Amino acid sequence: MINVLCFAHMKDIFGGEKLTINSGGIATVEDVLEHLKTAYDADISGIMTAVNEEFAEESTPVGQGDTVALIPPVSGG
Amino acid sequence: MKKRFFVTSEPLSVEELAAEVTRPEAGAVVQFIGTVREFTKGRRTVYLEYEAYHSMAEKQLEAIGREVKERWPDAESAVGHRTGELQISDAAVIIAVSTPHRKDAYEANEYIIERIKQIVPIWKKEHWEDGEHWVGDQLEQTRYPDGAPGGGNK
Repeated sequence: MINVLCFAHMKDIFGGEKLTINSGGIATVEDVLEHLKTAYDADISGIMTAVNEEFAEESTPVGQGDTVALIPPVSGG
Repeated sequence: MKKRFFVTSEPLSVEELAAEVTRPEAGAVVQFIGTVREFTKGRRTVYLEYEAYHSMAEKQLEAIGREVKERWPDAESAVGHRTGELQISDAAVIIAVSTPHRKDAYEANEYIIERIKQIVPIWKKEHWEDGEHWVGDQLEQTRYPDGAPGGGNK
């Protein structure tokens, strides 16, 4: 399984702070985003991602047990 | 040992952050306190709610601390950021920087708050009298056109 963490308005879109998705067929961040867009009919364009707490790109590898965070534009400070 | 770069749901202390960087080599300690503003663009905020990706946010604050060291080798810095529900005038973030001379401390301090707003996964939600809104969301966001929030060493 792959853990997906949702922050800020991502929680509203996905109805919770944490999702788990099956790792079958998923090799990269892009695959995770495509899966979420399809499974939840969600508009998640313009967000950043992190894999295991490091900012990631669409091509970043994702595998079994990894944690992918959906990071909307930040607004701290 | 107490963390120099931390996210907490507890109130922040100006004195504690200053103490983290005060030392004999320093001739200047500059502190920035980011507080909750009541009116933004004419709209009244009742309170703010801050949420963090706690573990990653602390790592990113530490990374900013390393960037400061590269740019201002003589600087020492410390940052605390609040999460949870904050009332008007509460401190959301406190940044403390010490350097031998004041100019570097002012510059490094401003650098840190600008970087926090770029690369630290913390979000605030405005609660108004008649609604609520995650700042940075689809309605008024700065998107990441390059797919990444940008590096520190340009």
